Amino acid sequence: MNHIFSFFVLGGIIAAAINGKIDVVTTAAMTAAGSAVQRAIALIGIVGLWMGIARVAEKSGLIDKLSHLIAPLFSWLFPSIPKNHPALGCILMNLSANILGFGNAATPFGLKAMQELQKLNNDPDTASEAMCTFLAINTSSVTLIPTTLIALRASAGSKNPSEIVGTVLFATTCSTITAIISDMIIRNLYRRRKYN
Amino acid sequence: MTSEMLGESFSWFIPGLIFIVFLYGHIKGVRIFEVFIEGAQEGFIMAVKLIPYLIGIYISVGIFRESGAVDILVKLLSPILKVIKAPTDALLLSIIRSLSGPAALSMTMEIFDTHGPDSFIGRLASTMLGSSDTTFYIIAVYFGSVGIRKTRYSVLLGLLADFASFVASVYIVRKVFL
Repeated sequence: MNHIFSFFVLGGIIAAAINGKIDVVTTAAMTAAGSAVQRAIALIGIVGLWMGIARVAEKSGLIDKLSHLIAPLFSWLFPSIPKNHPALGCILMNLSANILGFGNAATPFGLKAMQELQKLNNDPDTASEAMCTFLAINTSSVTLIPTTLIALRASAGSKNPSEIVGTVLFATTCSTITAIISDMIIRNLYRRRKYN
Repeated sequence: MTSEMLGESFSWFIPGLIFIVFLYGHIKGVRIFEVFIEGAQEGFIMAVKLIPYLIGIYISVGIFRESGAVDILVKLLSPILKVIKAPTDALLLSIIRSLSGPAALSMTMEIFDTHGPDSFIGRLASTMLGSSDTTFYIIAVYFGSVGIRKTRYSVLLGLLADFASFVASVYIVRKVFL
């Protein structure tokens, strides 16, 4: 993340200089800082709501039950998470919300899952393998029904707004499979480098 | 199933989920209000802790996007476009998609307005938007929320998935709609 951060900032400033619009950098930085806080404020309410609900689900044992249900699939994807750990239930809730296109509900469950994964992490400064796998699946965006997208196409006057459901499903499956396979390969490469 | 029926059943999802969680909690004798507040409090603290991470990611992405660095990147990558026969706008959208959700959305709307949602590029943009996510934002927020600084190979994995979604979108849209 450190390299990416400096790449964006330094690359951006150099590009602005080349393009002869160096003043854009100042405005962009100021505006972005403002909208980051706005975004965070909006997030407080949504995260509060879903974390409250998640806590109720957790206390009642619902999340444990869910974790139990999907243990076989997840023990293959996340070998480092113990069976029936609440992290699995949170990951399931996050992925289901993502699959159905509810981005707002997905983020709080994802954050909750990260919290649970952090409890299992030996080095609290560094991402664990399970976290990398979770984020790989998450950023590759497993979408079954792109709800927002269909609405957007309809409002732009498309004759058949949902015609892209099939192509989205194909592309998202490809990217998720790529994410899972490359996660397994890179994880092993990292392990080897650690032991040598 | 038609998309309207799907939309209809979706509007039931969140109310249904909340109903089941509360009902189950009630049956199991959970003190729902207290527990809910406990969770919400945790959520509040987490969201506040996220602010510095959000500021960092927004500023770096903002500078990178507005400076025209993305256009330079697109120019550098244009040989790849020739190989997979994709329009330049599609690559631009794909890069913006991993950086900023709202920016990707407004670029897609702009493509819809200029070319129409049922044009080749309109369908391609739709497919790309639906099949990828805001990689950098997710990585920063998720790791930031638990204070992880060393993200190891996460960014690489995210970018690989984004690239796969780009190539797959171009392939399938050409195949299905051309």
